[in-house]
Amino acid sequence: MISSIKHFVKTFTLFELLQGLSVTGKYFFSKKVTVQYPEQKTPISPRFRGHHALRRYPNGEERCIACKLCEAACPALAIDIELEERADGTRRTTKYDIDMFKCIYCGFCEEACPVDAIVETQIFEYHFEERGEHVITKEKLLAFGDKHEAEIAKHRAIDAPYR
Amino acid sequence: MDSLIGFWDSLPSALQTVIVILLKIVAILLPLILAVAYTTFAERKVIGYMQVRCGPNRVGPKGWLQPIADVVKLMFKEIITPTASSKAVFFIAPILALAPALAVWSVIPFFDGGVLANVNAGLLFVLAITSLDVFGIILAGWASNSKYAILSSMRIGAQMVAYEIAMGFALVGVLMAAGSLNLSDIVNAQSGGIQNWFMWPLFGLLVVYFISGVAETNRAPFDVAEGESEIVAGFHVEYSGMAFALFFLAEYASMILISVLTTLLFLGGWLSPFESFEGLLAIPVIGSILGSGLHWLVFKSLIFLFLYLWFRATFPRYRYDQIMRLGWKILIPVTLVWIFGEGIAIGLGWEPWK
Repeated sequence: MISSIKHFVKTFTLFELLQGLSVTGKYFFSKKVTVQYPEQKTPISPRFRGHHALRRYPNGEERCIACKLCEAACPALAIDIELEERADGTRRTTKYDIDMFKCIYCGFCEEACPVDAIVETQIFEYHFEERGEHVITKEKLLAFGDKHEAEIAKHRAIDAPYR
Repeated sequence: MDSLIGFWDSLPSALQTVIVILLKIVAILLPLILAVAYTTFAERKVIGYMQVRCGPNRVGPKGWLQPIADVVKLMFKEIITPTASSKAVFFIAPILALAPALAVWSVIPFFDGGVLANVNAGLLFVLAITSLDVFGIILAGWASNSKYAILSSMRIGAQMVAYEIAMGFALVGVLMAAGSLNLSDIVNAQSGGIQNWFMWPLFGLLVVYFISGVAETNRAPFDVAEGESEIVAGFHVEYSGMAFALFFLAEYASMILISVLTTLLFLGGWLSPFESFEGLLAIPVIGSILGSGLHWLVFKSLIFLFLYLWFRATFPRYRYDQIMRLGWKILIPVTLVWIFGEGIAIGLGWEPWK
């Protein structure tokens, strides 16, 4: 009896509807959480996995020794490597292509690499303008690495204690 | 200037009347269509704010040109006609939906004497014309030759019938209190300050009227006709470009209409709440702002428009049978009881609104 009276009063005073309205009414005045992207950016972890790069040693020699561990680790089969033996007996790649359309940015290549040659940088704002550009060649990867080496080295150093 | 006046005087008086009426129509419809455009903007902003987002803020300063951009986009979109649709009805339907939504504005008074047609049965005209809205929608669903569209039309048809009755009864309460069907007279019957507005003695009818108004315009939480989760977009699935824009325009124009009507009928329209404070109204500039005028109608209507958006941001959609239950088994009995009580009060000569 009491409960049905309570229900009746609640229904006709629109109690629960007003409760709901008060919740949305409160959020109407709250601070907005939207990040205005091109002007504002969220902080990015040093472990962020963005565009790939190939690194060099400080003496200018490329790190990659064509062990193909990254190619084996790659779950999306995005990496394509061919190699040669140089005159001085070292193994080096002649071709190191990453198909950016296949790549799922899992970071396994970076994990697999014994010499820290292939890395994923924090750069994620890039685009392709023509068909075929999505396959990033060795030259481009090395150039990308050269350009961003300072940042790459810094982020590897920050993350080193946890690896 | 003199030649212009001479030219004007040389026109036959019938033509003069027509021109004056046409100018008045333009003066009503242009601000109305602008208001519709900016209601869509306000809707996206308000719902965004309630969801702790910013809403559109990229086009123009603070996003103020967003509705203009939307209009331009819609105008350049192709209007696709489904092959199996009945072409003529398909194109007549959006016009049939929009025309009544705009025609009602002819009897709406905006300030004292500011009305296109001061019809004595204004309230009946409003009821009659707003009921015609449903034809456009039903025909749209029929002509589209789509299952979703026809389902939505059927839902709208039944919903409109159910809520029109509750709405009509709520209006009966108002006209019993005002003793007139003329909208200007109804507003003037509420003069004398905030305590004379019909919203106090007829508060229940105000609530019922606004709820039925929300249902009439197929807005959330009564938007089963659109029901994007089950029937895609309802009666306008097959419409694109400007044909869709007409439905959109009609929906928002009737939203604004319901807000304005609620204001006129229950909140004293253009009347100022400070009417009884004559000392306050005598102050030079503030007095004219606090005094009665169009701005009070706009301000009060904006409250109801905001309520529309607030509801949409808050309530989940009603199930269809629940809508029917609310309309037939709750709102109509409530209005009947209220009118009955009001009738007894009038019979006993106890009229709090006088």
